[in-house]
Amino acid sequence: MENINAKYVSQKISKTRWRLVSHASLQQPDVFATGSWDNEVNKISFWSIGNHGSSDMDDGFEGDPQLLCEHKHDGDVLDLQFLDQDRIVTTSSTGAVTIFRLHQNSQTISVAQRWPRAHGFPCENAPCTGVVCSSPEIVTVGEDGKIIVFRADQEGVIRVIENADSSTIHAVTYLRTTEILTVNSIGQLKLWDFRQQSNAPSQILSLSGDRVPLHCVDRHPNQQHIVATGGQDGMLCVWDVRQGSTPFSLMEAHSAEMWEVRFHPTNPDHLFTCSEDGSLLHWETSTSSDMPSFLQGGRNNSMISRSAMAPAGGNQSLINAWLSGDSSKGRLETTHMLPSQTLSVNSLDVLGQCLVCGTDGEAIFVNRQVPV
Amino acid sequence: MEELQQVAASVLVLQVSILLAIELIWNLCEVLFIDAAPAGSLLLHLLDWVRLHKADVDEKAREVLQSESPAEHRDYWDVVVSYVLQGRLEEARQMLVKQAALQPAARSMYKLIDTLLSRMPFYNPGGNQTLTEFDVKWRHWHDEVNRCLQDNSFASNRHLEIICKILAGDEDTLLEHKELLSTWYHFLVTRLLFSHPTVKPTELHYYAQSCLTMFLDSRSVPEPLDNILLAAFEFDIHQVIKDCSIALNNWWFVAHLTDLLDHCKLLQSHNLHFGSNLREFLLLEYASGLFTHHSLWQLAVDYFDHCPEFGHVYLELQIERVPLDTERKALKVLRICDQRQMSEQVRSICKIMAMRALRNNRLGSALSWSIRAKDAAFATLISERFLQDYCTRGTFSDLDLIDNLGPAMLLSDRLTFLGKYREFHKLYGEKRFGEAAKLLLSLMTAKIAPRSFWMTLLTDALPLLEQKEVIFSADQTHELMFCLEELTSCLNASALGSPKTSQDEDIELTKVELLRLSLARNLAMAIIKEGTVEA
Repeated sequence: MENINAKYVSQKISKTRWRLVSHASLQQPDVFATGSWDNEVNKISFWSIGNHGSSDMDDGFEGDPQLLCEHKHDGDVLDLQFLDQDRIVTTSSTGAVTIFRLHQNSQTISVAQRWPRAHGFPCENAPCTGVVCSSPEIVTVGEDGKIIVFRADQEGVIRVIENADSSTIHAVTYLRTTEILTVNSIGQLKLWDFRQQSNAPSQILSLSGDRVPLHCVDRHPNQQHIVATGGQDGMLCVWDVRQGSTPFSLMEAHSAEMWEVRFHPTNPDHLFTCSEDGSLLHWETSTSSDMPSFLQGGRNNSMISRSAMAPAGGNQSLINAWLSGDSSKGRLETTHMLPSQTLSVNSLDVLGQCLVCGTDGEAIFVNRQVPV
Repeated sequence: MEELQQVAASVLVLQVSILLAIELIWNLCEVLFIDAAPAGSLLLHLLDWVRLHKADVDEKAREVLQSESPAEHRDYWDVVVSYVLQGRLEEARQMLVKQAALQPAARSMYKLIDTLLSRMPFYNPGGNQTLTEFDVKWRHWHDEVNRCLQDNSFASNRHLEIICKILAGDEDTLLEHKELLSTWYHFLVTRLLFSHPTVKPTELHYYAQSCLTMFLDSRSVPEPLDNILLAAFEFDIHQVIKDCSIALNNWWFVAHLTDLLDHCKLLQSHNLHFGSNLREFLLLEYASGLFTHHSLWQLAVDYFDHCPEFGHVYLELQIERVPLDTERKALKVLRICDQRQMSEQVRSICKIMAMRALRNNRLGSALSWSIRAKDAAFATLISERFLQDYCTRGTFSDLDLIDNLGPAMLLSDRLTFLGKYREFHKLYGEKRFGEAAKLLLSLMTAKIAPRSFWMTLLTDALPLLEQKEVIFSADQTHELMFCLEELTSCLNASALGSPKTSQDEDIELTKVELLRLSLARNLAMAIIKEGTVEA
């Protein structure tokens, strides 16, 4: 808790993302991007926390984010993702999708490419709510229920799935290189396979109870069938996409909408969630040592028997800790990461040992020593 | 471009000056109203207040000390006099030592002034000395200073004579140094320091008024800031608040100051005509202003929460007027309403969002908004849309929504019907005719289906009736016939009223005849089947 750095930036932050670091180097991330919302003139900004060893800031505290450069953005920044080291993709409340390029030498930002009305209704704008990219492909989703595939450096759109959803699609993530997963406001997860030509999802999963809107989704970095979602009631659900159409485990996480859920990219026993109620939770699960996980109590007995069909070697690590149900209290630890309740925490990102989050209280919090 | 920069710079300079003025007023209110210092320590607090808000003395001093020969710097004597005017006698003595080193001949004079400066008594609030004792001591010292002046001890050195006159509290000398004092309240505090250090809070305003008059030339008019400070010295809190409200262009400072004073129980709560007290009134004004800001509206909610009488009402009125461009913003507004049990506002905001979704043909979004608001009427509207689409196109749109309604189906009757009707189609598609038939019948007999849709349902029953195998039992067929009779009698009654084209009437009649025929045949086969004894 003592390692948290707060910086007040006079703009409400809607998204923060670390710049990618190459996996070969063991460097900690040093640059992150933020997008603002609800301003008359919104901005995207790049910040540096100077992790390169040399502390060349005299005035600021060590670890205090320093603004590198910023650029104005038309409309609220609803989602933001790094395409590669120099380029980010942003989606706007006007329905536009923009690629910005950061010029390292001159520390300036310029617009590299723009699709001004990617998402839209016939008579008004439709906000573009989510983006995911794996260079050079970019996939966006919006309130108009469309899924659009772009390619960086190509003018037009590659593919549009019109009317993919009759409600708003809130978030999208890659499941495999050709498959994506979307969540919508009637509580459904839909799998889309781009190899198929049809405009129908290949699979639909949903909760069996109330149709609570789902706001965020993230895939387990190593095991591609495990997906975590967060919804309007603050529940964290972990799904197994291969088996069944209902979530594997449901955990009460927050008292208000959950805006973002992220698995730690290199240490996936750790999960982070942030919410409208102003808290950021760090979930830590541990793969058990003594007791095989299929003998622990679980929600659904049929699930247990299925997971009992593990390979004869009884390899514990194949039975993922996240899928063992929520009754195993001893194996799931949750800690609050922010010192006190703030206004809504809209976004978080974690890489290595560094965590950054942005709030409606016009503050950015950086923690450089996350215990993972 | 340069002009723009200049304009921007001047705006910033103006804002900085406003901020400094606000800080000045705030600190003075702290000293006078909240700390409420008694005589003796009052002056010490005021001295701190003046020192805090006059930073240029230190800058000048630094400049002088960093020069090669400080004692010969042209600002040297200004610095020394400024120190004395602010009551920083230790620092003045240290500066004078430098000058004394340069003029060994006048050593005795410098020694004398040093003694005077070191012996000035300052009141110690935590000590054992009472105010009267301090007063006596101070008078002794003051007499000594006067004696030095009358003896002309400093006649040869103009500067030292000035310092001595200041120590004696000579007003004319103080007024000669207007540029060093720069403000009338500095003049006031200095004057009090060297002539009435035991000033009581109640006497303050006499001195304040006279100092203001003396300091300003006959031509210049007191500024709003001066009036505010004067009102503070008079301990007239309400006047301070009133003047600040007039002078400043928004409620930020006044609202917070009043709130602070209210918490210290310094404001008598007289009810204003509109029922709330002054603090609440100002907070409401400030928060209402915040609500019009494009992003600070979220903070205004907290302010309204702290206004016990009218806060809730104001919030209810204001929260509906926040412009909702994106769903995310609408969700945040709704969360605020949910947390305060403002269900009316939840319903109206959801209705706005649902209507917008409906207009853009996003039926799933519209349904999710009406579920959030538990709005049965709107859910009925959406189902009607679906059913209309089906009647015109023959197929359902947005199957992913209807197939996965779940418990939301129970929100409205029409929605339940929609769900069940879709189920009927699915059963028919899977060739589970028996169950499909039962479902169809229950839809009509349980009165879930709207009357207008019965014709379509009966027409859907036709293929089931025409199957080789008997699906509807005799009882079920009787019920179907009953429904048909009910429907035709209704239609006849309404046909008398509304004009229909002959073509429509023909179609209707043909349909009814076909149905009657099929039902009769089915009844016959059913009776036979049920009457047959299984061999």
